[in-house]
Amino acid sequence: MSFLQPSDIQAIILSFKVAFSATLLSTPLGIGVAYILVHTRIPGKAFWEGLVNLPLVLPPVVIGYLLLVLFGRHGWIGQFLAKFNIQIIFTLTGAIIASAVVGFPLLVRSIRLGMESVDASYRRAARTLGAGFWDTFFTITLPLSGRAILAGMTLMFARSLGEFGATIILAGNIPGVTQTIPLAIYEYTSSPRGDRMALSLCLVSILLSFIVLLASSAAAKTLNKG
Amino acid sequence: MQFEVSVQKKLGAFHLDAAFSLDGRRVGIFGASGCGKSTLMHLLAGLLKPDNGRIRLGEAVLFDSTAGINVPPEKRRVGVVFQHAHLFPHMSVQRNLLYGWRRTPEQDRHIKPEAIIEVLHLGHLLDRGVNLLSGGERQRVALARTVLTCPRLILMDEPLAGLDEELKSQIMLYLNKVFSNFDIPLLFISHSLLEMRLMTEQILIIENGQIVRQVATEELAQSTWAAPRQGYVNLLRLGQPKPHGDLWAYQWGDVSLILTDYGENEENIFELESREILLFKRHPEATSARNLLPCTVRKIFTVGNRVRVELQCGSQPLIVQIVPESRRELELEEGKEVVAVIKASAFRRLM
Repeated sequence: MSFLQPSDIQAIILSFKVAFSATLLSTPLGIGVAYILVHTRIPGKAFWEGLVNLPLVLPPVVIGYLLLVLFGRHGWIGQFLAKFNIQIIFTLTGAIIASAVVGFPLLVRSIRLGMESVDASYRRAARTLGAGFWDTFFTITLPLSGRAILAGMTLMFARSLGEFGATIILAGNIPGVTQTIPLAIYEYTSSPRGDRMALSLCLVSILLSFIVLLASSAAAKTLNKG
Repeated sequence: MQFEVSVQKKLGAFHLDAAFSLDGRRVGIFGASGCGKSTLMHLLAGLLKPDNGRIRLGEAVLFDSTAGINVPPEKRRVGVVFQHAHLFPHMSVQRNLLYGWRRTPEQDRHIKPEAIIEVLHLGHLLDRGVNLLSGGERQRVALARTVLTCPRLILMDEPLAGLDEELKSQIMLYLNKVFSNFDIPLLFISHSLLEMRLMTEQILIIENGQIVRQVATEELAQSTWAAPRQGYVNLLRLGQPKPHGDLWAYQWGDVSLILTDYGENEENIFELESREILLFKRHPEATSARNLLPCTVRKIFTVGNRVRVELQCGSQPLIVQIVPESRRELELEEGKEVVAVIKASAFRRLM
């Protein structure tokens, strides 16, 4: 018997798909939200901040359930999407949405810390040198918070690789469709003689997380140099 | 440069209400810290929005609250050199230098990067990261970066604060070179009278958020006389020296001065404490001092136990500080001839 089953390989690929898509889709939004929280004076800032951070403290199962209510056949968004024949629950999209929502606070927190540490004087200097608002944003604010953005993306990516609670409720545990590594491990552990296979996937999981950490620290180093 | 400003701004408990109109190329804003100098600079650069008022620079209206005009900072073409250079840490010196230049419309780019790099001696630094620069180098790069945007006006916010004395005079030399070479009007913010005297022609004095006076720089320097413990320092702009034995001879107006220090520049600025000049009734027969200058007394002014004597030394003015007793013994009065005696080592080179 080989180390990994074909279905395990599928689970690994799916995990990557979910984690990549969730992270990449959330990053621009995360940067935007972090910018708004740091640099603007919106009314009810504390409320919005709380809302962004809520998924961090709520049990993922609760988030999964709320998402299910929203995206379900009779939910607000679900009903609307059904008109276009788009289904979210029990699909890969559902798994991505679940991961994105759960990981979002980690992303925003990290970017926010980074943006707060960028000295406002650099932006002022850029403005007096002829750079407009967006120009300053892209050439000063973003590069100077680059490390924080990368750190946030890493955190979110790792969190998405491990997402379980919200995913299983919104997207289910369908092998080849929505079964990511944690869900596959869960299935192995609940079946007789699945221990060995669960363990191999655990090893894969550890290895992957480690690679992500190494890659991110290497990237941070090059960013620091530039 | 014509400048017309009338702005109000409330920041917490601080209230700035500044109104002035001036015409000059080198203007200083002088005041204690916390009096509103930096706020005023931010308002002029467009980094802060006045509550109301009007800012006009030459033909251009930069801000007018009644007409609803507020030109954003990037369109004002008002350059700023900040106290802490604020070089972008993620860019090399070269990219910092060209940041503003690349964003300047081509028809306004009348200063070439090579020219300013040469004047400020930046050639060897171009590829460096800005974190490896010394304090003086950082200020030079910041100055060059601002000059390259070819601004209508440069604001300098205490650019020399935090540098040591030797570096200050070095940078000031560069500043003078830049502003005379590239002919950019300057608004220089500082609380150092000496810097003001070296960099500006006229001064706005700001106190508690209000412009209280507008004077010629030299006039302000002379008026500080009344303050206790503050002597007057004569600033002498001398040309290139000629060897004179083992000393150096400089032409100062129509008289020649003998100094111990050599100055390698075309124009060398020396300071001479008014206390270090001796006055004699008649030409002394022999003295260890190398400079004996026949002068005419123009004005005498007594404060407490100090007497300030304004002399005319050929075409140049010279201010001397003595005590009332000496004044009586010398029988000093306006129009009288005296001899001012100065040691060759009394001159201290500034730049």
